[in-house]
Amino acid sequence: MTPDFEPVIGLEIHVQLKTRTKMFCGCELSFGAPPNTLTCPVCLGLPGALPVANARAIHFALMIGLALGCELADHSVFHRKNYFYPDLPKGYQISQYDEPLCRGGELAGVRLHRVHLEEDAAKLIHLGASGRIHGSEQSVVDFNRGGTPLVEIVTEPELRSPEQAREWLTLLRATLRSLAVSDVNMEEGSLRADANVSLRAAGSSELGTKTELKNMNSFRFLERGIAAEIARQRVTLEAGGSIEQETLHFDPVSGEITSLRSKEEAQDYRYFPEPDLVPIATTVAMLRAAREAIVELPRARAERFEDEYGLSVDSAHLLAFRFELANYFEKVVAVREGIDGQQIANWLTQLVARIGDQDPAQSKVTPEAMAQLVELISARAVSAPAGREVLDVLVREGGDPASVVEQRGLGALHDEDGALEAIVGQAIAADPAAVQRVRGGNDKAIGALVGAVMRETRGRADGADVTRLIREQLGI
Amino acid sequence: MSGLIDLSASQAAAAIKRGEVDPGALFDLYRQRAATDSLNAYTWVAEQAPKAPPQPSLGGVPLAVKDLFCTEGVPSQSGSRILEGYRPPYTATVVERLAQAGAPLLGKTNQDEFAMGSSNENSAFGPVLNPWDRARVPGGSSGGSAAAVAAGLAPWAIGTDTGGSIRQPAALCGIVGLKPTYGAVSRYGMIAFASSLDQAGPLTRDVSDAALLLSHMVGERDPLDATSLDFPEPIAMPSRRTLAGIRLGVPSELTGEGIEPGVLGAFQATLELARQLGATVESCALPHAPHALAAYYVLAPAECSSNLARFDGVRYGYRAADPDDLLSMYERTRHDGFGVEVRRRVMLGTYVLSSGYYEAYYGRAQRVRTKIAADFAAAFERFDFVVMPTSPCVAFELGSKLADPYAMYLNDFLSVPASLAGIPALSIPNGLASPPGGGTPLPVGFQLAGPAFSESQMLDVAFALEQALGFDGRAVRS
Amino acid sequence: MIDRDTVLHVARLARLELTDGEVERMVGELGGVLEHIETIAQLDLDGVPPTTHVVEVANALREDEPRASLSRQQALAGAPAVADEGFAVPSPQA
Ligand SMILES: [Zn+2]
Repeated sequence: MTPDFEPVIGLEIHVQLKTRTKMFCGCELSFGAPPNTLTCPVCLGLPGALPVANARAIHFALMIGLALGCELADHSVFHRKNYFYPDLPKGYQISQYDEPLCRGGELAGVRLHRVHLEEDAAKLIHLGASGRIHGSEQSVVDFNRGGTPLVEIVTEPELRSPEQAREWLTLLRATLRSLAVSDVNMEEGSLRADANVSLRAAGSSELGTKTELKNMNSFRFLERGIAAEIARQRVTLEAGGSIEQETLHFDPVSGEITSLRSKEEAQDYRYFPEPDLVPIATTVAMLRAAREAIVELPRARAERFEDEYGLSVDSAHLLAFRFELANYFEKVVAVREGIDGQQIANWLTQLVARIGDQDPAQSKVTPEAMAQLVELISARAVSAPAGREVLDVLVREGGDPASVVEQRGLGALHDEDGALEAIVGQAIAADPAAVQRVRGGNDKAIGALVGAVMRETRGRADGADVTRLIREQLGI
Repeated sequence: MSGLIDLSASQAAAAIKRGEVDPGALFDLYRQRAATDSLNAYTWVAEQAPKAPPQPSLGGVPLAVKDLFCTEGVPSQSGSRILEGYRPPYTATVVERLAQAGAPLLGKTNQDEFAMGSSNENSAFGPVLNPWDRARVPGGSSGGSAAAVAAGLAPWAIGTDTGGSIRQPAALCGIVGLKPTYGAVSRYGMIAFASSLDQAGPLTRDVSDAALLLSHMVGERDPLDATSLDFPEPIAMPSRRTLAGIRLGVPSELTGEGIEPGVLGAFQATLELARQLGATVESCALPHAPHALAAYYVLAPAECSSNLARFDGVRYGYRAADPDDLLSMYERTRHDGFGVEVRRRVMLGTYVLSSGYYEAYYGRAQRVRTKIAADFAAAFERFDFVVMPTSPCVAFELGSKLADPYAMYLNDFLSVPASLAGIPALSIPNGLASPPGGGTPLPVGFQLAGPAFSESQMLDVAFALEQALGFDGRAVRS
Repeated sequence: MIDRDTVLHVARLARLELTDGEVERMVGELGGVLEHIETIAQLDLDGVPPTTHVVEVANALREDEPRASLSRQQALAGAPAVADEGFAVPSPQA
């Protein structure tokens, strides 16, 4: 009998901090600046240059530590992690090793191992076949990104499914966004996630051999990558094979997983305390400043949504744990006083189903349009199915719901003018079999008649109205 | 103009201030001497005096600067082939400060490659010759600076000291060399050897020059160097004539075995002189000092192996031609770019940091360091200064110690303990002694080590000794 | 105590090419130096804290204020090989 396997997933997350300048020098952070225009002796690793740590980066890291409930070290040290790579100008990365700034912590039931500060590597661009020197391919280094402050967040291996990993990362992202310490944008690389994945026999407490899945650059790819790796390991284990500890790359296009660094000898980073920097002593003043800078975390925001707008617990969490969605929600609510928050929340779910991970504020649906749509529906001027059609149009083309309803004739059909009554009559006439079954006591058969009316009215009729009219006309 | 050469740097600065000497003429005189240097002390000499009028403090007395200080637009190679053609886009803080104070750049001086060496034979520019005997080494690693000052090719100079690289060449060349308290002088722009030990300091003809130059090297901490410190008070100009009330401790561990008889003889004579000047001289203990050299040769190579990782042929300097791939580019560039001694220390440092060895070597060496600092702290409870010879030997013959690396490392055993403790230490010439087996008498150095930030008092004591010793280095300045 | 394989392994970590002769020499020289260094193994250092910094200073931070960067021309001035406004290297993926 093959044992049932349970996935064990841990995440290692790198977050680029949104300071003005780099971690150890005064160069400004690069937002698409031309290559190699934001460098200095320090971040180019010129001989004689020395690093000096950015106070705001430490402040941001302390905010993150506090928001995640970490234990903040009162004494913390930078180390050198030594290895050679063209994107690493000094031949070592300044990072933290056995004395990180924060340890422990927890977010949504997932415990954290540590949170520490380090510097980002530069960007290495592979020129490919066009740039050949002496028969070998060339790459080019742009040091603009090199030295950007990074916070590394490492979870304990406590996630159990790809979906959970994705949801958890979404919440972490909302938390970091609410702290305003980073853009946390996966596509742009200000949020990067690696996943450690292993399988173990269900119920066992022993961990299996893990693999490290590198740099998945969207929430969707993270989920798919982990799922693919779980499937790969399952197949291997079920065939009686064993998992090799290695670093892997997930190709979202092909869905394939390939091994990285297979040629490389075992890494030996030769960590030692960075002699060019002095320890960080976290002072009471630094802690107070970090605490005061934290405004509202997602959990608090969800509670406020419940209290202030009467949202259900589920809706409140759904919105508050997605930072941009929550912001958008608050904009919609603010359009008109007295608007129904829960209704808006429901319709935002519809919006999300259409735009996915995109920031709704970047979509064509303005908060005003969203508010108007919900009002039209609440006032029964537009039926729910027609509302969904209006939303489709808004997502595609923008505009205001009232005009869309007007232009496309999507207004609710009520029976005041007798039009709906006529359509109901036609539906009854067209389907005598259904009528017979309804009359015979099969109440469910009425659905076929309602469906016919809805098709005819393109969803503009109110379902309750239609059912009432059918019953009236059949005299039941 | 030979009279100008006889002026010490502080005398020259004073004469300029009084309007008796033209700073331009002084610069040209030294420029001329530096340009015709036959000791190989210089790697680069300024073509002309700086255009800006000299600042009053130091009057425009030109300064020789060890190659490893970055100087904007001027070759700065740290004596290494791997930095061939490199001209930094910025200037080291200390060089900038001294230029601002009125000590303009005269030239860059030869040194052991990346400051690794005690003989100045490990330079891509070839060895420096000792002006007292051209068949002998000037000491290292600041050998070019020491030889230039001794031979009157520069009024004064700066160098760096990691395990003795200012004090030992100063001793071997018969001049004054001071390693300040770690952190007192900014390291920004100094091409690093071992970050936790490197410290810039003056190499000068006499103690007054050292005090004057140092007074403009220290001060407010440099915001570009996280390990730099405010100097608690301005450096006082030395004036002491007696040593009344001064307590000197003589560590038995560093004043016995392994020291040439001539050097020990000069040392004992100076102790006697100190007593005559009113000092109390007693023996003291630095029980861990015998282990300092071992700890140093773990810590310094470890840091150097990491500091020198940036020399990879990507951003500046030398790159091996036609590499097959990235790995061969790295490996060949670093093989061809580094000299034998640098390769040896990079290997040693990489080994002691590598997986499984860290605690046995690096961790233990750091603990020895703690013990050595504690030994000094205990000594300073009873003594104002600890004194010992600077170098166990006088200048040795070129090539005589190249075969055995450890024999060369042993030159550092008297200077390394103060380096590990991060405390200031100074060497003054205290006479001449013949090398073992006889020959021309050569300079000997007397070393004082004091508590952190005791530079002013140390210079004051050294001044009193200097006046009483009456060492005369004029013979090699002609 | 240090053999040929160790020297080769360390040389690879340090990205240093060594000729066969240099490897031989390094085995002898490193071995000799390490023999002296290992005297510290005999010391009783239990409970002695390590010294990383001789100066007791913490923080020494900089404010998050920009300083002028180098121009690209300055940055690339010393580069052994330049392509596409950057530092050219043999591709690590080759
Ligand atoms: Zn920079």
